[in-house]
Amino acid sequence: MTAITLKGVKKRYNKSLVVHGVDVEIEAGEFIVILGPSGCGKSTLLRMIAGLEEITDGEILIGDRVVNQLEPRERGCAMVFQNYALYPHMTVGKNIGYSLKVARVPKPERDARVMAVAKAVGLEALLDRRPGELSGGQRQRVAMARAMVREPKVFLFDEPFSNLDAKLRVAMRSEVRKLHRQLGVTSVFVTHDQTEAMTLADRLIIMNAGRVEQVGRPIEVYNNPSSRFVADFIGSPAMNLLEGEFDADGLFVHGTGGRIRVESLNGQRVPGRKIVLGVRPEAVRRSDANTAGAIPAVVDYVEELGASRLIHADANGSRLIALDTDTAEIASGTSVHLSLGQEALHVFSAEDGRRINPHA
Amino acid sequence: MIERSPFFDFVSYAAMVIGLVLVLIPFWVVIVAGSQSLQEVARVPFSMLPSNHLMENIQAAWARADLGPKLINSFIVAAGVTIGKITLAAFSAFAIVFFNFRARMICFWAIFITLMLPLEVRIVPTYSIAANALLPFQVLLDTLGITWLVQSVSGVQIALNWNLLNSYTGLILPLIATATGTFLYRQFFMTIPDELVEASKMDGSGPMGFFWDVLIPLSRTNMLALATIMFVSSWNQYLWPLLVTTDRANFGTVVMQLKALIPAQNGTPDWNVTMAGALIIMLPPLLVVALMQRWFVRGLISRDK
Repeated sequence: MTAITLKGVKKRYNKSLVVHGVDVEIEAGEFIVILGPSGCGKSTLLRMIAGLEEITDGEILIGDRVVNQLEPRERGCAMVFQNYALYPHMTVGKNIGYSLKVARVPKPERDARVMAVAKAVGLEALLDRRPGELSGGQRQRVAMARAMVREPKVFLFDEPFSNLDAKLRVAMRSEVRKLHRQLGVTSVFVTHDQTEAMTLADRLIIMNAGRVEQVGRPIEVYNNPSSRFVADFIGSPAMNLLEGEFDADGLFVHGTGGRIRVESLNGQRVPGRKIVLGVRPEAVRRSDANTAGAIPAVVDYVEELGASRLIHADANGSRLIALDTDTAEIASGTSVHLSLGQEALHVFSAEDGRRINPHA
Repeated sequence: MIERSPFFDFVSYAAMVIGLVLVLIPFWVVIVAGSQSLQEVARVPFSMLPSNHLMENIQAAWARADLGPKLINSFIVAAGVTIGKITLAAFSAFAIVFFNFRARMICFWAIFITLMLPLEVRIVPTYSIAANALLPFQVLLDTLGITWLVQSVSGVQIALNWNLLNSYTGLILPLIATATGTFLYRQFFMTIPDELVEASKMDGSGPMGFFWDVLIPLSRTNMLALATIMFVSSWNQYLWPLLVTTDRANFGTVVMQLKALIPAQNGTPDWNVTMAGALIIMLPPLLVVALMQRWFVRGLISRDK
């Protein structure tokens, strides 16, 4: 079991800074998912841990060893690549056993270990095939077996499922999770798919434009996004974000004059202060006009999902999406009242996007 | 383009047949002339039908041009050049494609430019190097004044000399640098995905491990294609062997011996023997191409991945 520590890790390509000082402690045996949009530096960060990219500044520790100057092979990491990167001229068995061959493990032992991991991922019947004869899912398994056979201290996954179809992706996800439970090896998994991230991670690292936005358990991140970016990025449908400012009465004004009372901000409801108010669609409910704090709105259109429906509504010029589970259907153009659950309001600064109200 | 029209079919077949005939006629003439007797070959007009004297003509040519030892020489030289070329080209392309060093583009262009400088153009300097392969170092030492310094201090005069004339080394070594080969390898190496390089790094393999275990097996068809071209071209080398071998008896190659087969000015015009000799001499490259054809085409056109 090996922990990974990143201290002020930076990466610069020519002049542009791609990773701006990342400080994260990854605990031993943890499954960490680095999540972010493309180009946010998540793969670069992973490749720096692997030793495939030089570290411009800062330190990476694997266990208690600083690995900045170590070659990939000396770091004890195994990696699963996006395009599998199998050796096309070698059989599955040789692909899996190549690292052992390089390490001069004697052949009988090598064969036994290859067989053992092949069984673990269900490849034992395919050991003599070439990668070209395998399906995408099978290739993915070979790539995983190749990483597992070395018994590494750390597993690194670089968007390994992005070339699989949706169904296979779900299956591989649960398999990776199962393997992690069995082996307990510290794993770092990079993806841009939030469902993948939410279901796999012990903890998430959310990155944007080379910076870490938030680190936390998936449910924490979902319930308490620490910035506007995270609020917008996590969750589907995305969180409603209303821009506006406080008026003299301490009410939040958005759009063309809609007013919302925000309870959790005592002392910070300075008139004129600009904020972004976030509320998840499932915290927006249909109510009647008499409910305190109900906002009048007009239904633009409705997406019927079967068990629930998404109501896209216009509330005084601001767009609100509500996840509605009421049995009564609703037509476009209807006037409704929507109420926002006070406990589920997220307030972000309009200037830097950081969270203002305390975490729930 | 798929075109279905009898007229175009006819035109394209006609073009192919004409091309084939043009290529085959000289071969046919060689075979026919090689099988005729002295009287038949001297007859005007020349008969285009083969006769039955092929074996005796071949024996005569074999003896006259001393083809046995010369064929062995040719094989040694052609094989040496071919192996040298594919090895050197693989290494230099490996360096150019996979290593990020400062002079990488300079090296690549330097190699590339030599494509425009065939042996015939640089024959004189190449010869002077072959006469003394250490000449560049001698010049360097002389111009830097080291020769003078050593001589005045110790009284020993530095005179480096390594003569390659009349040796297999001299026949082979100056020919093994190949821009074409390097370029071919480079193009192939550039199609290798970066992830494969990284995967082998993660598997703990060093650069040479990657070269032997991954690159070389993957470029096998490429290597065979290159070997085919290089074998034929070095078998057909005429000018260079002629220049570096004064000792024809021991180091002559068969292509040089063609000269010995041509009838003398006022001698017997036995072109039948000449042609029979030519037949023997052109047979090995022909066989190599015929045997390697499948690999040759695959290596140059498509990539099986």
